[in-house]
Amino acid sequence: MGIKRLLILFLGVILSSSLRAEVMIEQWQTTTDTPVFFVKTEGLPLVDIRVIFDAGSARDSETDKSGLASLTAQLLESGSGAFNADEIAAKFERVGALLSSGVSVDQVWFDLRSLTTPELLNPALDTMGVLLTQPSFNRIDFDREKNRVLTVLKQREESPAALAKLSFYQALYGQHPYAFSALGEITTVSKINLDHVKAFYRQWYVSENATIVIVGDVTEDHAREIAEHLTVSMNRGNKAPDLPEVQEQLMKNIHINYPSKQTHVLSGTLGIDRNDADYFPLVVGNHILGGASLVSLLFEEVREKRGLAYSAYSYFSPMARKGPFIMGAQTRNDQLNEALVVIHKTLKDFVVNGPSDIELAAAKKNITGGFAMRFDTNKKLLEYISMIAFHHLPLNYLTLYPEKVLAVTKEQIKEAFERRIMPNGLTTVTVGRKALENGQ
Amino acid sequence: MPKFKKIINHRFRLYHHQRFWGGAIWLMVAVSFATPSYGQALATHEFMLANGLKVLVKEDHRSPVVVSQVWYKVGSSYEHGGITGISHMLEHMMFKGTEKYAPGEFSRIIAENGGKENAFTNRDYTAYFQTLEKSRLAVSFEMEADRMRNLHLLDEELTKELQVVLEERRMRTEDNPQAKMYEYLMAMAYTNSPYKNPVIGWPADIENYKVSDLQTWYERWYAPNNATLVVVGDVNADEVFQLADKYFSALEPSELVAVKPRTEMPQKGIRRMSVKLPAKLPSVYMAYKVPVLNTIDNEQDAYALEVLAGILDGGNSARFTTQLVRGRQIAVSASAGYDLSARLSSLFTLSATPVEGVSVSTIEMAIKEEVMRLQNELVSPDELARVKAQVLAQSVYEHDSMFYQGMLLGIFEMVGLGWPKISDYVEQINKISAEQIQMVAKKYLIDEHLNIATLEPQTLGSLTQTNDLQGVNHGH
Repeated sequence: MGIKRLLILFLGVILSSSLRAEVMIEQWQTTTDTPVFFVKTEGLPLVDIRVIFDAGSARDSETDKSGLASLTAQLLESGSGAFNADEIAAKFERVGALLSSGVSVDQVWFDLRSLTTPELLNPALDTMGVLLTQPSFNRIDFDREKNRVLTVLKQREESPAALAKLSFYQALYGQHPYAFSALGEITTVSKINLDHVKAFYRQWYVSENATIVIVGDVTEDHAREIAEHLTVSMNRGNKAPDLPEVQEQLMKNIHINYPSKQTHVLSGTLGIDRNDADYFPLVVGNHILGGASLVSLLFEEVREKRGLAYSAYSYFSPMARKGPFIMGAQTRNDQLNEALVVIHKTLKDFVVNGPSDIELAAAKKNITGGFAMRFDTNKKLLEYISMIAFHHLPLNYLTLYPEKVLAVTKEQIKEAFERRIMPNGLTTVTVGRKALENGQ
Repeated sequence: MPKFKKIINHRFRLYHHQRFWGGAIWLMVAVSFATPSYGQALATHEFMLANGLKVLVKEDHRSPVVVSQVWYKVGSSYEHGGITGISHMLEHMMFKGTEKYAPGEFSRIIAENGGKENAFTNRDYTAYFQTLEKSRLAVSFEMEADRMRNLHLLDEELTKELQVVLEERRMRTEDNPQAKMYEYLMAMAYTNSPYKNPVIGWPADIENYKVSDLQTWYERWYAPNNATLVVVGDVNADEVFQLADKYFSALEPSELVAVKPRTEMPQKGIRRMSVKLPAKLPSVYMAYKVPVLNTIDNEQDAYALEVLAGILDGGNSARFTTQLVRGRQIAVSASAGYDLSARLSSLFTLSATPVEGVSVSTIEMAIKEEVMRLQNELVSPDELARVKAQVLAQSVYEHDSMFYQGMLLGIFEMVGLGWPKISDYVEQINKISAEQIQMVAKKYLIDEHLNIATLEPQTLGSLTQTNDLQGVNHGH
């Protein structure tokens, strides 16, 4: 049966449907000790498969080569086993499968999206297995991909927003590996050679250091086969050790002079990790402060009342270790000081006074009332299950989440913010053209 | 995370998949098609209220969620000189209150109901949307019906919001060399088509909007007989129709004056420009004037152009990546784009960023060679089969997103194609032959209709950094 016929058959079965109210996660280990997290979904004949390694850019520092994790992941798609990059890509694309990969400071992941019929899914899985376990790592591919990364890094300097973020993380994290972006720096990537990549791969792309997440319309037995298939040829290796704790840095005010019309502002401090005891008071509090779309205090003060910026926001970015708490906005260069005053006053008032009853009630309604929408697609569900899997959160996390949000009190928010977020101890980065120097 | 109040379709973004922090997505070439493909499995129900409001409902019961979108047939391509961007400005003002609700109330009430909401403006449409738990649909209908006819346009709100839009323009365009080059290219490529103007408008126009301009625009276009209500989710179509009838049927229709055609003058020869901007990398952008499904003599030609885009840029095994990025190693990235569902004739675009040491003229020549190859040789059966397999698979994948399904229905309605056309897509793509691809390459990708822009990077200057470790807070 041709692919075309198979696919047309699929279109007919989309009509079948099921309600996804409660998310049931099945969990087991492959024979290689790799943990597997599986959620069966119905209604669409597709499956999303993610293979995660604890090998994000925070592991770069082990060889002092920022950008190594990212370059390694990128090279995996450039040739494996007997196949070159063109052939690898063609093997996925001729069955309509999508392969992508990504790197954060904490992890690297490879995603496969495929239709579920065996004639399409099996070839895609075979290719993914080869890609993960038999990389060619030849020199021509390495030189080309490294060159492309260096070009992207150069282009990054065209963006004041990107420069602000780089500078902010470096100020906040000092010598900790979180100080550097996953893509690396021009100076560090320039120094990476093929042996570094091979060694990085050998050390971290191993079954003991892997996690597999499967979300889609396959049976549990089938999911077990898939997970076995992907891990059976992996080297066993060792699990990555815990990352070092983050050390608090001195607060800094940094300005980068840049020929832009706007100045980008980032201001913040160290925040929380994924398993932080203050997670719920801080995240619910931040929803009121700057997290909620279109209705937060920062949005109201900076944009709605004063028209100072298009976007004004704050967020916690929880990671394996303490991620940042960041407030941000971007404004016409000559309005920088006014914007900074408003942002900092909004935070200070919030930390000193805490939220009102009305604000807290509204935030709880928004978070819990819209909770089902956070995982209403296969793709979004895959993201949530991956987070639960990688950070060892409880399997009923999605059920507990709304309950924990509802349990948060005004006093807890105020207390947690007072203890964790010091309005006078923020690190602030501004990137733009200084108004005074240019008479704007 | 940053909020958005609209989507501007810049189309060209080098490495736009890549968020370099917390998730560098290494999907080096967009696998997504120039225009996405369209499935046909879920039934769409259509209903028309007596006042002319069209209601489309698609049931999708996978999650207890509903997406509601109100689409208006108005966007930047409806605008005349002097008020460019006013559709987008009006979109912002739609959150600034009615007789019944104070400014910001709309957003507050949606948030309290657990909803997500926003709006977007493009060349051919303006749309407002909410995503809600399924039992809250009436909350959306009640307030959308209210602001369809009863908006309060206030001077003091406009004064502030106009500054927000200027900040938005600085962020998206002024400080983004790729976006700015694209803006200049559009202004050059089109002679008289309204597509020559940016969706967000020219700065001098934005600065000079008056409440009366917005009032006129609102009254002209915001009416039930110029709108389509699209609902996708865990709902019952009949119940949605009844609910729509309850909230929207009292609205008075307007007497609509048809928008003038403003058909683009035929181009009579190649146009070329260089754009000098503070930037780090050069790039080249080539745009051929082409018809779209709405304006083409033979619809098959539009589908053939779509497949042609897939041959060049439909994944990592497509020609741009295999030939330019990997084979000859002259491009960092290269992409092709064709918006088949535009209202007016549009552009077939080819763009690339050269690797360091390679000139833009070399890359331009290489792209031209790829075009000539399409004109001189038939594409291989493997390549054609690959594109078709991707289109078919994509038509299943896209059903994962209810929002996206709503987008398709809305766009096809707004540009005049009509939603039933969506279901033709997969079948039409399947019929395209190698000969047809060669034919459209010869017919449409010709120098007489070509526009070329090159970005010439100017130095950013030395980026001096000043550190203040004393810890003095700004402004305190």
